[in-house]
Amino acid sequence: MDYDSKLSRQVRDLPRSGIRDFFELVIGRTDVISLGVGEPDKPTPWPIRDAAIKSLERGQTSYTSNLGLESLRIAISDYVDQLFHVRYDPKTEILVTVGVSEALDIAFRAVLNPGDEVIYHEPCYVSYSPSIKMAYGVPVIVNTREENEFAILAEDIEKVITPKSRVLVLNFPTNPTGGIMPPEELEKVAALAVKHDLLVFTDEIYCELLYDGRTHKSIVEFPGMRERTVLLHGFSKAFAMTGWRLGYACAPAPLREAMMKVHQYCMLCAPIMSQVAGLEALKLGASAYEDMRVSYEERRNLIVARLNAMGLHCFNPGGAFYVFPDIRSTGLTSKEFALGLLESKSVAVVPGTAFGTAGEGFVRCCYATAPDLIAKAMDLMEEFVAEVRARKTTSKTPALANA
Amino acid sequence: MDPLIHLLHNNSKLTPAELALRLGTSESEIEQRTADAEADGTILGYQAVIDRQKAGQRGVRALIEVRISPEAGGGFDRMARRISRFDQVRDCFLMSGGYDLAVIVEAEDLLEVATFVSEKLSTIGGVLSTATRFQLKAYKEGGFNVGAAVEEDRLLVSP
Repeated sequence: MDYDSKLSRQVRDLPRSGIRDFFELVIGRTDVISLGVGEPDKPTPWPIRDAAIKSLERGQTSYTSNLGLESLRIAISDYVDQLFHVRYDPKTEILVTVGVSEALDIAFRAVLNPGDEVIYHEPCYVSYSPSIKMAYGVPVIVNTREENEFAILAEDIEKVITPKSRVLVLNFPTNPTGGIMPPEELEKVAALAVKHDLLVFTDEIYCELLYDGRTHKSIVEFPGMRERTVLLHGFSKAFAMTGWRLGYACAPAPLREAMMKVHQYCMLCAPIMSQVAGLEALKLGASAYEDMRVSYEERRNLIVARLNAMGLHCFNPGGAFYVFPDIRSTGLTSKEFALGLLESKSVAVVPGTAFGTAGEGFVRCCYATAPDLIAKAMDLMEEFVAEVRARKTTSKTPALANA
Repeated sequence: MDPLIHLLHNNSKLTPAELALRLGTSESEIEQRTADAEADGTILGYQAVIDRQKAGQRGVRALIEVRISPEAGGGFDRMARRISRFDQVRDCFLMSGGYDLAVIVEAEDLLEVATFVSEKLSTIGGVLSTATRFQLKAYKEGGFNVGAAVEEDRLLVSP
């Protein structure tokens, strides 16, 4: 059977994730030091796991309201207020979802008509462009650049705004770069959104993981933004709860209601045991992740210092748990670098191009890994870089002689 | 807590070079601050946390709850320090609640603990009573889970 002809064009034409290609190369290998993951290296804090176990013991195995447990939505309202200084009504403005990925998907489906344009920044998390396309939207990329430490510039956004622009997606701190938004630039972006009447979807999943004494500022905090912002957040990163698949969206009631329509038909509700665990996580608040955050900051210092010392320029990212070193000085492409490093030294990093074409010349290294493994991986990477540079010099010599 | 002390408290094997990279400072600064902390008694010592069973240690460990009569002027301190001087005593804490001192002792065998309690501890003037509880099994030691296998099931590459 010609299955291609049986598939939706929308899905058939989606590219496979570059991450998936790379994952298949390392699957089953036990000798690999991986800096290729996108999640914390510690399990969920014990009190959170304990709350879920007790919930199962009590027999809490049913559906919940489509919106999520009311107690959880109340806790989310308080937590979001504390983080972003914006208050949402738990009854009409908050929706509990299966991770931020679902929240983003239903947000696109709730607001886009075919052909509507969605502006987002690359390099970025792998699902933005496919999610936009699956909602029949048109992805419009704004490349971020290392010279700006991968912050998005308002002037770059303005260049791509058209009458069809509907939504601007932001994710700071960013996966894969660790880049953050300077508040003064974010203010300009907010003004632009108001001027052009754009909705803004802000993915705040890494907002707790900031370093060097920084405090987070979200675009929703600027004048005129609450009414046009869908704030997306979840438990995966700060609370080390990736496998629980729990997130939420906060938005003005009409937007939340539209998202709820999609959610109730495609997902029904987030798993109750995850919601109970999430409630416990919010009760613990920063005490659940502050030690992890401090530990990430120390590991970031370690990896940034080592990368720069081996001659791979790496800016000091302000958040998340990724560094995005510039590997262009080796003369290799991102993919060649990542494959070569995996084959010759058994160290896994992800090519920057897996996160968009603007990632060419960079690789993503996740430092949510034990410090001794980071140090070992850096030793091996240093050997690899030295070998590549030595080969480059040798291969140039005959050419020079012929010249 | 000072970040350097925090790191060393969790892992005293870290070298000055590693500590310097992680705290964004110099090795000489780390060495100086560590030496200062050792000199002023902030750092009392360094030791490996072991699984005693795996290490083949056959000795016994007991918690002795001790009630004492506080002395005029010295309170509990002089008595507690006197008890702490015995080699068998690993830890000694003044406690709230039904007894005063929690004394953790380690010895070759049950007889040695019994001798320590009956001949050394109980005979100290001011010790009103003792209750000895022997440790049967360790599940967590110095912050580390003992004998619990950790399953590493993270994917090697994920988005």
